[in-house]
Amino acid sequence: MDNQLNTPLINVQNVNLRFGSVNVLTGINLVVRDGEIVTLIGPNGSGKTTLIRIVLGLLAPDCGRVVRREGLVVGYLPQRFSIDPVLPLTVSRLMTLTHSCSRAKISDALTTTGVSKLADANVSELSGGQLQRVLLARALLREPNLLVLDEPTQGVDFIGEAELYGLISRLRDELKCGVLMISHDLHMVMSSTDHVICLNHHICCSGKPEAVRLNPEFRALFGPSAVQNIAPYTHDHDHTHDVSGAVIPLKNDGEGHVHNRAAGHGKHNTNVVPTEIID
Amino acid sequence: MDDFLIRALIAGLGVAAVAGPLGCFIVWRRMAYFGDSMAHSALLGIALGLLTGIDVTLGIIGTGIVLAIILVLLQRQRHLSTDTLLGILSHAALSLGLITISLMERLRVDLLGYLFGDILAVTTVDIYWIYGGGVVTLACMAVLWRSLIAMTVHEELAEAEGVHILPARLIFMLLIAFIIAVSIKVVGVLLISSLLIIPAATSRRFARTPETMAAIASFVGMLAVFFGLAASIKWDTPSGPSIVIAATTLFTFSFVFGLGKHLIRFRSPN
Repeated sequence: MDNQLNTPLINVQNVNLRFGSVNVLTGINLVVRDGEIVTLIGPNGSGKTTLIRIVLGLLAPDCGRVVRREGLVVGYLPQRFSIDPVLPLTVSRLMTLTHSCSRAKISDALTTTGVSKLADANVSELSGGQLQRVLLARALLREPNLLVLDEPTQGVDFIGEAELYGLISRLRDELKCGVLMISHDLHMVMSSTDHVICLNHHICCSGKPEAVRLNPEFRALFGPSAVQNIAPYTHDHDHTHDVSGAVIPLKNDGEGHVHNRAAGHGKHNTNVVPTEIID
Repeated sequence: MDDFLIRALIAGLGVAAVAGPLGCFIVWRRMAYFGDSMAHSALLGIALGLLTGIDVTLGIIGTGIVLAIILVLLQRQRHLSTDTLLGILSHAALSLGLITISLMERLRVDLLGYLFGDILAVTTVDIYWIYGGGVVTLACMAVLWRSLIAMTVHEELAEAEGVHILPARLIFMLLIAFIIAVSIKVVGVLLISSLLIIPAATSRRFARTPETMAAIASFVGMLAVFFGLAASIKWDTPSGPSIVIAATTLFTFSFVFGLGKHLIRFRSPN
């Protein structure tokens, strides 16, 4: 049993992937263990979702390998989930999309994520926050030992975001499962994550949140304000904010680590606008 | 009632019943243009079937499958979107079919019948095709139902949870090719996709689950066939277009009904 627990849930070893002539992922190593929250951060188009797809087995890497622990059950919450209103679908039906499940279990799962009243609601009429909670409940139904969450707070307002991250931490404590998630919210990442991986086609830096925050490569990628951790708002690279919130133009791109234009120091917003489209 | 009228009614009702669930998926998965392209390629299938002397129905199913495979292969490149590819394939197949038919000088082909349907010419053999194949189609749909719904909701999520996407997608395309092949006599190449889409769109207002929507779509399609044929006989109008107009009328009623319901809900907040 001990031996089992020491084996990582998922172990990504030296994974590389190219799309045409673009190196999407180079030399990626990633480990998620029981009860650990690992968060991927990085600019838009830095390969985060692609890496998640490799972890899930939806995409095969060109080289390197992904070792999954025997008996691994993944609960997956995908990015950009929307239901066309032309498809009539209730929440309970969404919960049993690929596997049957008793009404009582569905109700339990929805209660756990705080949306017990929505079992008979129409999926296309849910708000962003409700939908994410329903999807999280859906992932729990499979009794996963690994939760994979691709931007769990998209379409969720600021207060809802904090609650949702709290819920994810609580689920980790109760279920003792591992969590691998993508997040754009640096503030939250720093306060509720065990291990941060900063990705920009390769792993720029990784480690405990405090360590990553002080790393020059993190600073280069997200700007100095992210390091000070004062404003969990947007951080385009052309300006920063002072303490009172006034805009200060950025003169230069910061030091350290150099990216070519394709790898991009474009926009990397730490998500705040509820309707923002990411990636 | 004459024999040929009874045969027409039996054939039409059978096609509409099978078209219900298939049409719902066409609507849910936004594949209306795909249905159209498959239907257009059917004309090439007819031409090839007549040319080689094999069965016309098999010719249509064959070209439908080839079109679907070409499309799946072409979708792997990323420069042209699916609807552009379909625009090319669909009209190329239609034109190739028309040219092939025009070259077959010794055969007198009822082109108008193939384009707009000739339900009064339905034979007993056609009815066997419709009902035999229809039962197989509905059985396949029943087996694949859960996978298809899951794929429609979110393809990656379904795949991550163990649904085999590619076989389900290919079988679905095969079933579409089949329903088009057997519907040609009822509504014709140019009007087939309306028999798939209009009943499905009509049933949305009345359904709370995907299954009821599929069942209601079958029912609406059968009503449209009944009223369309009746009108065709009474006023001596072409049968295929009459069925389509009957379906459109039902859709309009459902639309107005839904609008009325929406307004009532809007006025009384409780």
